[in-house]
Amino acid sequence: MISLRFIPVWRRNFLVWRKLAVPSILGNLADPMIYMLGLGYGLGGMLPEVGGVHYVAFLAAGTVCASTMNSATFEAMYSAFSRMHMQKTWEAIMTAPLELEDVVLAELVWAASKSFLAGLAILLVIWSLGLSESWLSLWVLAVIPLIGLCFAALALTMTALAPSYDFFMYYFTLAVTPMTMLCGVFFPTDRLPQAFQTIAALLPLSHATQLVRPLLLGAVPESIALHLAVLAAYAACGAGVAFVLLRRRLSS
Amino acid sequence: MASVLSVRDLRKSYGEHEVVCGVSLAVERGQCFGLLGPNGAGKTTTLRLCLGLTEPDGGTVELAAEPVPARARQARARVGVVPQMDNLDPDFTVGENLLVYGRYFGLKDRDIRERIPPLLEFAELSGRAASRIQTLSGGMKRRLTLARALINDPEIIFMDEPTTGLDPQARHLIWERLKRLLAQGKTILLTTHFMDEAERLCHRVAIMDQGRIISEGSPRELIERHIEAEVVEVYGEGVAEWGTRAARDSVSRVEQSGETVFCYAADARPLLARLETERGLRYLHRPANLEDVFLKLTGRELRD
Repeated sequence: MISLRFIPVWRRNFLVWRKLAVPSILGNLADPMIYMLGLGYGLGGMLPEVGGVHYVAFLAAGTVCASTMNSATFEAMYSAFSRMHMQKTWEAIMTAPLELEDVVLAELVWAASKSFLAGLAILLVIWSLGLSESWLSLWVLAVIPLIGLCFAALALTMTALAPSYDFFMYYFTLAVTPMTMLCGVFFPTDRLPQAFQTIAALLPLSHATQLVRPLLLGAVPESIALHLAVLAAYAACGAGVAFVLLRRRLSS
Repeated sequence: MASVLSVRDLRKSYGEHEVVCGVSLAVERGQCFGLLGPNGAGKTTTLRLCLGLTEPDGGTVELAAEPVPARARQARARVGVVPQMDNLDPDFTVGENLLVYGRYFGLKDRDIRERIPPLLEFAELSGRAASRIQTLSGGMKRRLTLARALINDPEIIFMDEPTTGLDPQARHLIWERLKRLLAQGKTILLTTHFMDEAERLCHRVAIMDQGRIISEGSPRELIERHIEAEVVEVYGEGVAEWGTRAARDSVSRVEQSGETVFCYAADARPLLARLETERGLRYLHRPANLEDVFLKLTGRELRD
């Protein structure tokens, strides 16, 4: 049951974040920016155009998507696990008149909010460097929260299963890193062997980059409805599975 | 008197293991009710079932006039909970902990801020509103958790082992505060395995073991019902042999635990007279207490 009761829980996380905002923003911005500019200009200087544009302009969309994904994933795994398992924050919340569904919704919306900041930070750099000059790029602001929600939901299923922090390495090594390589972040997916292209088409990050890249380059994306639907479906399924797993975990 | 909590035939199993097997109890308004039991008796699960945090397999719970778990949310709005392990927010100050927790109840910030100073005063934490949680002692954290449980001005307060891990000074302060809450007309349900705590605070106690309530009443009633009025604890060289031989004639029941023989009697005078003649034995003569009842009913074996 979706209700606004999740808001006090979201505000709790926001208040914690506000205390640590400076290092958090720096982390959100500095790391992906270094990759984008370093690879974009360094590697890009040696390359002809990639996907019809200078490599740094190609990489810009990939960086927005990967940065959003990483931010949402970290928040819904490590931070949520701290709150659920280490600090027992969820337990305290659920002795008030709030239920697991409120907590799960708050965690998802919070992780999406935080990833929005991460995506926005990169976007500001992209705009200020003139890497995207189309008004269409403003639509990216609407897409980022959905990308964040999608990866937050997937990460929360891992949190529900995790016995300890170490468990999250599996998800990074087996899902996040391969996805970053396969889904058009660093290079166009059509450079991959056919089998990998098929796999990539099923992964949510591909649909994120296929929405964000055209928008940043000033074109209307193809198959918008399909991409949005895939991201939304991953978000909804992830949230549903996470909820069921968490209920099982926390009721015993 | 009206019950703030009434529980009938509550059951809960985890897999094959039945943790709560048909518990019934009623906590009346203004009462302090103690749920006593060794580790693993099912006390915490019973509390969780009453709060609607765990789904029961059977039975009914009515808490603050609401059926649980059906309307657990509404019930919990009128309940305060002090959990066994402190789960204060380590990233927040003392004041922020209360503010953020109050918001979970849908209270307005202004109303919560008004409540914070009196609550901190109650918890002996005045002037600590801006302190970080890490700087608080165990006793202070416990008191803050109690203050947090009062943020919604609850009718009934659930406390799961409220003084476990505290030093005697901190325990006495908690007890004093709980008595003050009772004087204000609050109802308290607590679990404990400290019998002195139960004897001091509780109007009624229920002794729970292996998921069942095995005896219930006021501490005085339980002592009268289950145990002889006087106890003599005997220690010293050769006490075991003495215990099996001599004590049987002059007392109604003898128990041995390690190097101590516990003699229970309605009148201990004959035994005391005999002990005077025994050299090498030391003894302590005292009235029976709830711990004697507890050990008689739940046994002396370790539960871990």
